[in-house]
Amino acid sequence: MKKIFAFLTVGILCLSLAGGCGTTGAAAGNGGGGTIKVGGDLELTGGQAMFGQEAQNGIKMAFDQINAKGGVLGGKKLALDVADNKSDPGEATTAATKLVGDNVVAVIGPMTSSLVAAATPVVTDSKVPLITPSGTNAKLTMAAGGKVQPYIFRPCFIDPFQGQVGAKFALGTLHAKTAAVIVDQKSDYAKGLADTFISNFTAGGGKIVDQEKYASGDKDFTSILTRIKGTNPDLIWLPGYYNDDGLIVKQARDLGMKMPFAGGDGWDDPSLFTIGTPAALNDTYYVDHVANDSPDMVQFVKDYKEKYGHEPNAMSALSYDAANMIINAIQTANSGDPAKITAELDKLTGFKGVTGEITIDPNTHNPQKKAVIKENKNGKGIYLTSVSPS
Amino acid sequence: MGHVLREGLQQVVNGLSMGSVYALIALGYTMVYGIVKLINFAHGDVMMIGAYVGWLATSRLHMSFVPALLLAMASCALLGVIIERIAYKPLRNATRVAALITAIGVSLFLEYGNMLVASAQVRSYPPVLPSVSYKVGGVYLQYGAIVIFATTIILMILLTLTVRYTKIGKAMRAASFDKDAALMMGVNVNSTISATFAIGSALAAAAGVLYGAYYNTIDPLMGIIPGLKAFIAAVLGGIGIIPGAVVGGLVLGLTESAVSALGASTWRDAVAFLILILVLILKPSGLFGKNVREKV
Repeated sequence: MKKIFAFLTVGILCLSLAGGCGTTGAAAGNGGGGTIKVGGDLELTGGQAMFGQEAQNGIKMAFDQINAKGGVLGGKKLALDVADNKSDPGEATTAATKLVGDNVVAVIGPMTSSLVAAATPVVTDSKVPLITPSGTNAKLTMAAGGKVQPYIFRPCFIDPFQGQVGAKFALGTLHAKTAAVIVDQKSDYAKGLADTFISNFTAGGGKIVDQEKYASGDKDFTSILTRIKGTNPDLIWLPGYYNDDGLIVKQARDLGMKMPFAGGDGWDDPSLFTIGTPAALNDTYYVDHVANDSPDMVQFVKDYKEKYGHEPNAMSALSYDAANMIINAIQTANSGDPAKITAELDKLTGFKGVTGEITIDPNTHNPQKKAVIKENKNGKGIYLTSVSPS
Repeated sequence: MGHVLREGLQQVVNGLSMGSVYALIALGYTMVYGIVKLINFAHGDVMMIGAYVGWLATSRLHMSFVPALLLAMASCALLGVIIERIAYKPLRNATRVAALITAIGVSLFLEYGNMLVASAQVRSYPPVLPSVSYKVGGVYLQYGAIVIFATTIILMILLTLTVRYTKIGKAMRAASFDKDAALMMGVNVNSTISATFAIGSALAAAAGVLYGAYYNTIDPLMGIIPGLKAFIAAVLGGIGIIPGAVVGGLVLGLTESAVSALGASTWRDAVAFLILILVLILKPSGLFGKNVREKV
């Protein structure tokens, strides 16, 4: 019995060594040969596994498409070197270290803000650019002292930007002159969206007639809604999450309030319509990163469904754009050198992504792009228009 | 002027509908305290379990509203008896603090046990209560709120009659007055206390199903705040006194609505707990309570 175990152990050791050797060999080949390696520091397992899986699909699709066209820099293929960060900040640092050790030219991911913050020192020390497809925390691209993080980029807009777009949409498309704001006192996200909405709405000539507060988890909003009803605003800006939004809109409609509601991407969840009712949620709008039914997305959605058998989401689309931003930078720089790629990303202008036309602001590394507005119609959020912030 | 009046009336209606939810939960709270002298902090969580049973029955077994309500009440009656037998009965002669701490333990067990089973995800009830509101003189009345208010009043009357005029009610009052003497007079104290918990928990389940159907969302921690508010309502009305719980609930609802109407919605919960503190300092026996001298 013991002998069998010994054999097995030796066998497994041999296999793992062989496997290890194989990878190292391939890596060496990649550096000098026909491939360029891009790292993926992704949430493949753990709490945000869905984000990482969708991102991996999006990146692979972008690379397969360019490789099918003959690759970059005169025939070099792009390869994705993935490291699982297990949705954990510590593991995100480890994964970034591993990828940098593999000599990747750039890193895509992590998807969530706290993990990006954990990977930032590693890529900064090694001077490798990192694009986070969906890290929306405003601080990620900014170092202490108000200076930009030189190696961190993103194709997604930051949270407060949604308030700016929402105000423009309210004034321009809905022709609202007065608005009331209902804000979740427990959420920094909601407070950020409310603040930027208020400053942009008033700057654009609108008037805020009432501001009400609640704490997420409250179930009865009739008292604050009755107060708002007395001020009769043209629009109610409600930048909370879907479970509160659904209840608030339903209770407002039951009180006979017919004005439109608008909010941010926290609205985007199918259960919005089971918590509120589809009828109550008609004439409500929200700002979002992507809409699968927008004209820019049509081809991508079709290709993605063909390749993976299901609809892409915002994570897959933003990661697809992140991958193409790197391809674009390699081609314009005509080099696979991380420093040159970083320089190109820094001055990226008018890049046509599926999530919109992206121009990177060199002072913040945030994209200047249009946001999507969706309208809830009979139980479904459908693409209405794209709105640019300025 | 008419506009201000209408807004004020609407806030009164809002307060009464919120208050009747508190009152409904407070009924079971106060009854169990009245008989067993135990503050059952797990009451709000039994309500949560009732809401989940009602949700399972309506969304998965496609039962209609009344059978689902009865099923939830029956299951929670059983749950209440089990909780009493396992957690409270061994402590019947221990200090009150020991029983109180156990009740908090049961409460946490139910919350996080259900989170393990049903996950922390927010669930929504199918539309079992029609989402209709009536407009009376510019004031909107929700169908669900009317149902809850009516149920609260009916249950309050039924409960008062049960405790006052039935045999089991007499046994409950006897056990409450003096357990040992009641035992000597041939009252089966164990089954009387079980019956008390069964009725109290069934009331909690009824409140849970109505709460879930009215506010449309349920989650494993949904019982905490309504449970505490119901506790305040029961103390405000005089804990142990059945009509007191209803009045306490309605007063609390009206107060909260008034606080929000004055533009201080974030102070709503703080004011509710301030009421609790004030009642305990100024009139611990509550609005309906008589001052009884401590036996020495």
